[in-house]
This record gives sequence, structure tokens and C-alpha cells, in this order.
Amino acid sequence: MSTISEKTTVYQANDSSFPRELEDEAIYILREVASQFEKPAILFSGGKDSITVVRLAQKAFYPAKIPFALLHVDTGHNFPETIEYRDWLVNKLGLELHVRYVEDSIKQGKVKEETGKYASRNASQTVTLLDAIEEFKFDACIGGARRDEEKARAKERIFSVRDDFGQWDAKKQRPELFDMLNGKIELGENVRVFPISNWTELDVWNYIKEEELRIPSIYFTHERDVFERDGMIWADSEFINKSEDEIPYKTQVRFRTVGDMTCTAAVASTADNLDDVIGEILSAQISERGARIDDKRSEAAMEKRKQAGYF
Amino acid sequence: MDILRIATAGSVDDGKSTLIGRLLYETNSITKDKIEALESASKRKGLDFLDLSLLTDGLIAEREQGITIDVAHIYFSTPNRKYIIADTPGHFEYTRNMVTGASNTSVSIILIDARNGVVEQTKRHFYISSMLRIKNIVVAVNKMDLVGYSQERFNEIKNELLAIAEQVSFEGQELQFIPISSLYGENLVRKSSETPWYEGETLLNTLENVATQNSELSVKNARFPVQQVIRPKTEEFHDYRGYAGKIASGSFFVGDLVEALPSGQISKIKTIEKFGTKLETGKAKESVVITLEDNIDVSRGNMLVKVGEQPESRKEIEAKICWLDGQMLTVGKTYLLQHGINRVKAKVTKVNSLIDIKNMSLNNTPPADGGIKLNEIGWITIKTASPIYADKYEENPANGSFILIDEMNNGTVGIGFVE
Repeated sequence: MSTISEKTTVYQANDSSFPRELEDEAIYILREVASQFEKPAILFSGGKDSITVVRLAQKAFYPAKIPFALLHVDTGHNFPETIEYRDWLVNKLGLELHVRYVEDSIKQGKVKEETGKYASRNASQTVTLLDAIEEFKFDACIGGARRDEEKARAKERIFSVRDDFGQWDAKKQRPELFDMLNGKIELGENVRVFPISNWTELDVWNYIKEEELRIPSIYFTHERDVFERDGMIWADSEFINKSEDEIPYKTQVRFRTVGDMTCTAAVASTADNLDDVIGEILSAQISERGARIDDKRSEAAMEKRKQAGYF
Repeated sequence: MDILRIATAGSVDDGKSTLIGRLLYETNSITKDKIEALESASKRKGLDFLDLSLLTDGLIAEREQGITIDVAHIYFSTPNRKYIIADTPGHFEYTRNMVTGASNTSVSIILIDARNGVVEQTKRHFYISSMLRIKNIVVAVNKMDLVGYSQERFNEIKNELLAIAEQVSFEGQELQFIPISSLYGENLVRKSSETPWYEGETLLNTLENVATQNSELSVKNARFPVQQVIRPKTEEFHDYRGYAGKIASGSFFVGDLVEALPSGQISKIKTIEKFGTKLETGKAKESVVITLEDNIDVSRGNMLVKVGEQPESRKEIEAKICWLDGQMLTVGKTYLLQHGINRVKAKVTKVNSLIDIKNMSLNNTPPADGGIKLNEIGWITIKTASPIYADKYEENPANGSFILIDEMNNGTVGIGFVE
């Protein structure tokens, strides 16, 4: 590479605190959802982003209760720690939780189980999600996606209108001006809402720290059986088809993102508290979605999944 | 830590994506795996340098055509502040995205290719930035490397733009000119040795010192649009009635006398709360819950304002409008007008004039077909079914704009600025 890859300065990333303006913005969005829609739900995965969204909802309506149900699309390949956490949170906040299973969609013949080395149920979630939206008649689904995660996400609106088939059409998005949100839809259509669109991964972690939120234990260092594939550390589990030369071993790891076990890579880490986690992110050499195996499939992997109705 | 929101604009090939890529790269906002992906993508395109523009062109169609289609939001931060860039397409057809991306920003960076100088797009972007009352305009004269870092060329462009500024700039708007090369990072983060004649700041330094929009909104008249009435009806909060919303402008204090609009009833602020914490005051952009001393008539879409600072009640509005939809604005058709969070039925009664951006002149004869088309800007008179309480956009941008929604397809079809 020529001159352009030479940095002209050394600029230090920073560890400043969380910009509160982001919380004010997210609370405003959540209050609009409660007012503009009949039956909204929070898509809850048990990951740090959806935990943040639940916290924001708690703050937005206090002293009233959160006016949204939670929907968890269970791939059957979850980390057990995440499920424990989910049930703890639901119980603590007195929330209504709906769980729908990818396994059921497979049994109904609506989606084909992937096979082979990279088999994952991540993309299959879409079918189960769309069915659940129809079943419960949710007109708005609130998600924890952020624009800094990925290039196609960077183009996403706060209120993202999806058609009858849940499809995203990047070229037909409604313009969003100032903070005026237009959630008007036809019957059958629904809106995906992204209240933490403008947050970065670091913002989420700083928020979790400042709010002293509990998070699933797999975000911190722990000993786990892992194996290496394509330069990434994979958690060993019964859901992954290993080849003979992929031999599991024990080591200290943590997860930066919590997805399905088949599509989330671990990072070697000794971080056992939030300060260390934040320190790691500041100096990290790999991006958050870089640990998402599902995004590695192609340069446009996310855009294609979104067109098909993925959140 | 504060947030500075920036809009970037430029014509196709002005090197906007490269500029943003540079800012990310130099502030250590790009991780190693993304740089590696960039390297292999650059190689696939047959380039022998790292194509930083590939960082922002996210959609398949954009990469195919090598242009930006939709507004992308990009994030980076320095120890001083967090930056949000709304990268808006420079392509003619997508001007509506420029308005979208630039709404809410404190700074507009206008890129000019030093070889081409001021083009029609430059005028358009300048005009839109001024229409949106963006206080800081940074004109980045890019590709200085291709004109030998010529001071003469730089001044030529500067003077041309200053002449346009006389027509479109508003009082208090600040204009800065910076000679840069995105490709080589000259005057972006590091002061260039190629331009000893330039005495100003680098681009990043300029951005670090700009005042945010929030600080200005806080000194405007106080406006609190009510999003929700919070009534928990639990034992603990049996009689609780709180008004949830985001303060649009100004600030409120406990004890302030406020008027509820449209009912006109007056009460006193009892508490200003955030998640149960009682505050003395709340200011612009803060999401709070306000409780009042008396039970008065307040519901969603209503507005609390300070007594003595009431806005005008308007049922007939003169406004500047930018049309965002393929179907043109139709006089006499009923639209839904959304002012902040409040929606009322509305009818455009008259298109008064159209702006001719190319010649920087007003076309005072109404358009022959009677409407306003996609990407056009005009002056209209609009009538609402019930009054709205808007300020003039130039006096208080947070309470002076509205969108029009077409009820036939629910699309957001126009953005209006109250005159």
C-alpha cells in the first residue's frame, strides 16, 4: 500500500464518559413508540444492546411500568448463561416475555436447517421472527442495533418501515428530519425501531458501567472449551460440526457480542470487570462484528439479510 | 462529554468519502479487521492504495456505481467530544437526503474539488445549509495536491464562494475555508507543510472548537411538547400524573408558571424528574417528566410553555418547503402536518414562489403546473384544521419546522420551515 496507509498523526482513542444526550434521545424515541403504535415489543436477545434498551425503557416510563412485551427468538443454540440472565431480568422487572423457537419453524418445514462446517441458525431466525410478529400482531419491534456496527446498518433509519414480508428496501426509506418520527403504517406493515442507533459499542459499555447494570457472565473472562477456525476462537458445543483436526482445548476467553453459539466468536481475555472490558475495547484491534462469523460470509452479508427481513 | 453533529456534502468525486475515511483513520476509529477488509477490497478494485471511501459506501448499489445513495451515519470521537457525521449524497437526484442528513447538525462541511471550483451542487449545498440555519460552514477545498497547493487557486475559489455567501448567508453564520488534501491528509488532522501561506486551523481542530447546537437552543424560549401522560395507577403512585417529553428549547425551572397549549390553562411546575430523581431544572434536548401543581387539561401533542413566552397560535402558515417525494405537492390536497410530535390535517392553499438555486434567484410567478416537485424548494401558504404553536424557524429552529405526511401512502413527503 502506498502513502495513504501511513497515518499522519498518532491520535489516542479516549475513555471519556458516556454522552447523556444519547440517553435523552433514546428515551424520546421509546416514548414515541409507545404513543404511535398499538402493540410494540422489544426484541430481546440477552445481549448488552438489548439489555441497554430495556434499561432505557424502564427510565422512559418511570414510575409507570414498561409498556412493551419482550420477544425472544430462540435459535436453540443460545449460551445457557444468556437464558438464565433473561429469566432473571424478566422476573425482576415484571415483564411479559414471549419466546418463539427456530426449532419449531424447522419442524414446520418453513426453513431448512443449514448443514456443513459453518451451519448456523442465525439467518433462520428471520422466519421465526416474522411468524411471531404476525402471531402477536406486533406493529413495532424495538431492537438494539447500532449504526456503527456495520455498513448497511449505517444507512438504517430510527423508524424503519418493513413491508408485509418484513423486507427492508434501502432505496425507499422515509426521510427522517430533525427528531420528527413518522410511524404511520398500513395494516400488515410493521416498523423496526432502533433507539440506540447513534450509540457506539464504547457508548454502550460506558452506559452499562455508569448505570451499574448486571450483564450475562459470558461478557467477562471465564474458562471454556474452544477450538480455532479461520483465525477465530470458536466456543466448542454440540451445535458445531468440527472437523477432525479441530481439537478443543481449555483457555480464558470472553465474548464481545452475544449471538447464537454457532456464529459468535470468543476473544482471549482476562477482563473480569467493566473497566478492563472498556480498556480492551479502546485498544482492540478487531471490531465487534469482526467476531461475528455470520458477517464474514460476504461483504454485503448484512444488507442481504436485512432485505430478507432480518432486524 | 458533548456531541457535535456534522453534515458533509459534496458532488460526486469530490473525495468526501475519502475525507471521512481519513478522519476515522487518523482518530484511530478504524479497527484492524476493517482495515484488512479495506485492503482486500481495494486490491479487488485494482487500486494500489487504500481506498478509504469504501468505508462509507455501504450499500451494494453504491459500491457498484461508486456513488453514495443514502445518508450514512458515521461515528468517531476525540478525548474532547463525540462526533456524528451525516454523510449525505452529493448526487443531484438525492438532494432530499441532503436536507435529511443536515437537519439537526451544527456544522456543514462543504467539499469543493480545487480543480473544478464552485459548481451548481456547491451552491445548492450552501443554500440548503443556510436554509437549515446551520451556523458553521466549513468549506474544505479538496485535492489541493492536484493544483500544486496553489494559494492563488484557493483564493479564487474562496472569493467566488464569498460572493454567493452575500446572497444566501444569514447574520451570525460563520464561514471558514481550509485548503486540504484528503488523499494525503493535508490540513485534516495535521497542519500541512505544503500550505505555508495558510494560517488557519486544521479541519479537526476547527471542529473541536465549534459550539454545539444545544448550547444555542438552551437560551431560546422554553418549549415542552408533551409525548405522554404518565399515570402509573399503582398504590405507591396512586395520584401521580406526570408529563413526559423532551424539552425542545430553552429551560424550565421548578416553580415556573407554565401555560398548557391549546387549553390555555396555567399552572406551576411542581417537579422536574428523570427516572425518579428530582431536578431543579431541565434544559433543551433533555428527556424529563414534569409534574404540575394543578390538574389541568394536558394530553399528548400539547405543549407547555413559560408564561410570557407564548408562541403565536397559527392556523394559516407561511412556510418555505422542500419537497421530498416523487409525487409533486398538490394544492388543495389534504396532508397530515406533523409539527414536533403533534399532527393536524392541513391543506396547501397556495404556492407563492419557487427558488431557482442555479441562478440564486426567486421565481415569483407560481409554477405552471401549480405544484412543487421532488428536490424543489418553494414558498407556500398552508391551512391547518386546528392551530399549531410554532415559532418562526429562524427564531427557534427546534419549534419552527414541520413535516408533511401523505395519507395515501404514509410517506414523509415534505419538510417545512415556518416563516
